[in-house]
Amino acid sequence: MNNDNNNLVDSIRRATATSIDRRGFLKLTGLLGGGFVLASVTPSLFGADANTAPLIANAELNAFVRVTPEGKIVIYSANAEMGQGIKTTLPMVIAEEMGASWSDVEVLQSPVNELLFGQQGAGGSTTVPRTWDQMRQMGASAREMLIGAGAIVMEVPREELTAANSRVTHDSGNFRTFAQLASLAAKQPVPDVATLEFKERADYTIIGKAISGVDNSVIVTGGALFGIDTRVPEMLYAAYQKCPAIGGKVVSANLDEIKRLPGIVDAFIVKGNDNVMELLDGVALVGTNTHAVFSAKLKLNVQWDEAKASKDSWARMATDAAALQGKRGGDPLVKKGDVDAQFNDQDHTTHEAFYEYPFVAHLCMEPMNCTAHYKKGAAGAKDTVELWIPTQGPGRAYVPMKTMFVLEQDQVTIHQMRLGGSFGRRIFSEYICEVTEISRRVGKPVKLTWTREDDIRHDFYRVGGFQSVKAAVNKAGKLVAFENHHIGMQTNGQPVIGTGFTANEFPLENIDHGYVSNTMFEIKTPCGPWRAPRSNTNAFVVQSFLDEMAHKAGRDYQDFLLEILGESRWLEDGNIRAMHTGRAAGVIKLAAEKAGWGRKMPAGTGLGLAFFFSHAGHIAEVAEVEVDANKRIKVNRVTVAVDVGPIINFSGAVSQVQGAVIDGLSTMMTQKVTMEGGRIQQSNFHDYPVLRLPSAPIVDVHFIQSDYRPTGLGEPALPPLAPAVGNAIFAATGQRVRKMPLSEEGYSI
Amino acid sequence: MPKYTLKINGADQTLDVEPDMPLLWALRDTLGLIGTKFGCGIAQCGVCTVHVNGTAMRSCVTTVSSIAGQKVTTIEGLAKGDQLHPLQQAWIELDVAQCGYCQAGQIMSAAALLATKPDPSDADIDAAMAGNYCRCGTYLRIRSAIHKAANPASALFYDATRAQEQPA
Repeated sequence: MNNDNNNLVDSIRRATATSIDRRGFLKLTGLLGGGFVLASVTPSLFGADANTAPLIANAELNAFVRVTPEGKIVIYSANAEMGQGIKTTLPMVIAEEMGASWSDVEVLQSPVNELLFGQQGAGGSTTVPRTWDQMRQMGASAREMLIGAGAIVMEVPREELTAANSRVTHDSGNFRTFAQLASLAAKQPVPDVATLEFKERADYTIIGKAISGVDNSVIVTGGALFGIDTRVPEMLYAAYQKCPAIGGKVVSANLDEIKRLPGIVDAFIVKGNDNVMELLDGVALVGTNTHAVFSAKLKLNVQWDEAKASKDSWARMATDAAALQGKRGGDPLVKKGDVDAQFNDQDHTTHEAFYEYPFVAHLCMEPMNCTAHYKKGAAGAKDTVELWIPTQGPGRAYVPMKTMFVLEQDQVTIHQMRLGGSFGRRIFSEYICEVTEISRRVGKPVKLTWTREDDIRHDFYRVGGFQSVKAAVNKAGKLVAFENHHIGMQTNGQPVIGTGFTANEFPLENIDHGYVSNTMFEIKTPCGPWRAPRSNTNAFVVQSFLDEMAHKAGRDYQDFLLEILGESRWLEDGNIRAMHTGRAAGVIKLAAEKAGWGRKMPAGTGLGLAFFFSHAGHIAEVAEVEVDANKRIKVNRVTVAVDVGPIINFSGAVSQVQGAVIDGLSTMMTQKVTMEGGRIQQSNFHDYPVLRLPSAPIVDVHFIQSDYRPTGLGEPALPPLAPAVGNAIFAATGQRVRKMPLSEEGYSI
Repeated sequence: MPKYTLKINGADQTLDVEPDMPLLWALRDTLGLIGTKFGCGIAQCGVCTVHVNGTAMRSCVTTVSSIAGQKVTTIEGLAKGDQLHPLQQAWIELDVAQCGYCQAGQIMSAAALLATKPDPSDADIDAAMAGNYCRCGTYLRIRSAIHKAANPASALFYDATRAQEQPA
């Protein structure tokens, strides 16, 4: 169900596909520092054969570890850290297999070099499953090389040695520290990956523990980490004004007036390439500080040519969609059994409903920004550019650098900066292209910072949409048929990222009669992945509507859901990232048990249950919600049961679930982006609010640490939240919520 | 341009800036104190929170000219030498941050609260922290960390890095 993200990840891979033989990268990594340098190789991105991919033949460096003579174990984190905790999580896996003491570990962000590290992006809750084997291999091969060195130094058979607590210890108790062995270990042969053995879970001393994030001490003392913190000698500051109607072209601007403003160094028109993912037309303002360019931006007067700009109107989309309510779309995407016969059966109870969800913005707390230093090559030398980017996919930046600026990878240096939030936003590269062009024009290093208004009005939004749903239950109250007319969005005839209702959406694979049709509205508003793309809206519709059906059937929703799931099985044989009905039932039962599902609730208070499978994660949530006479709601508690396999960093995993619940609540309550005449109507936090601390519910998190491969947790805890809260509101009040945000229906929090 | 002198983190700083220059950009761009973040520019999100004479203020709408001669503390000046403020310590121990971008502002708001209410109730925390957004949703740990910093023995403190959250 996360094909959008997979496609993005695939595109990153295609863009950066490369390989290098093992000796080659050892030589390269050897250049990067003294001490013991161990490189590892990685398989291709996960697939059915991810466990058994021929690792050496497919050599692609992912990360590496270095032991200093002083005993520090430096582990490089190669992937983008945006708050999902990967910079702590992946090194924990390496340290575990290596036998390191966590207190000896220092984690550094690796340079961006996909020749050395492989794909360095992060997204789609895929980084853990994609790198789990590589990280264990890296740690285990380091361990074997250290043990090999220990065997030489201690003159004992290697079988009598073990690695733990940053030491190699002989059965006799004799030991050498990793630091003592480091230089000799580096000369040991890199073991054949096929010979590596990994620790049993019962022997873990780091994996599964709660480890505080490796950047925390810098974060709490205000050190430089984020893209926006970049400072380069002689750096200028820039702002960039694009047309409020997305895609409009610059005709003219009051540049002479702007250039006279205090602190302004230059102002000029940038002609774009009409590609919203690269460079749209705009006016660049360059000055000596951010305030100067932000102030000048307010005085900027631009004549726009909006002939080809977006004319999108949310009001019109809503009107057009309402006219389709209860009707079918065009050719069915799914036609299974005979839904009409089920709907028309006199013994069945049939019910239909219409759901709506808006466009929403990403609203990263750190607005889009990037620093670029474009240097013209002197005396016939090639031009180069150095970039400091808070990005989810540093490798993606090479593509427009080549296509737009004719810079090959060896002319581009990228620094991966920490991201102040992303949620799918910083997979795009347009802010990078903008600043590269500005730096090229002024010939100086430039930091471009977007205002919050730019950030909200020029996003790649979570797509809005509508679904007209219909279902039937039989006399016994069992779901027998499900139909969905999905009304989504397309651009140039192609469905946008995050829209759609596919054949593997729950409950289509679990019942005999299903029908899905589509209507697509053509839009120009850019859309992109937003925390659990597609799942974050489909869960709301399906899990709310199935709760409606359970009520129509007079059934308990837990029982109704478990019955739909049926016997315990994978829904797609051989696909370990598919849904498993037994795992689904496991989390539903656990969440229900921990929440006290079925207990009698006080008047005005209700429990709501929802389950959703996305990003290979099985998650159920029960919300306890209080609603007063003025439709003011209080979410007292959300109980979450999670099966994403073994938990690597317990603290980080709990954080992701707490955060997803609060983010989901924030979004469903008040957030909505609308557009009229192609102009986004929201601009800052006053008209696009975020949930505040006093409204945050208690979140109880329970993990089923199954023996399946671990998978990511950045996204899958979000989708079940909205239907769980909606179902709880129904339980408390008898009022069904079918439209997000709830503020549109008079609810407040 | 006029010159203004402020005492920032204990040291006198003379700033040669326009009268409408917000403290935020003087800190970040002029002085290189990048710990104070930019979020909205309209005092809505709290990521730019600093102390002016001990009071939590939004530096994005506080002009340098309006606070000439006054005492400013930023996140960089919260620790006493190598000794972290108890809030900073609690933030690390409870692994509060996710992306981390808003956390300097959160800590500065919390520090102003503790300066006047050394052992705050949940209601005190609600009132003092409602102006600080966190898109990642770290609010439960922020609440825990404030309680822990104030009084580790407080019945209101629970370890939010554990799965089971205790109701206050």
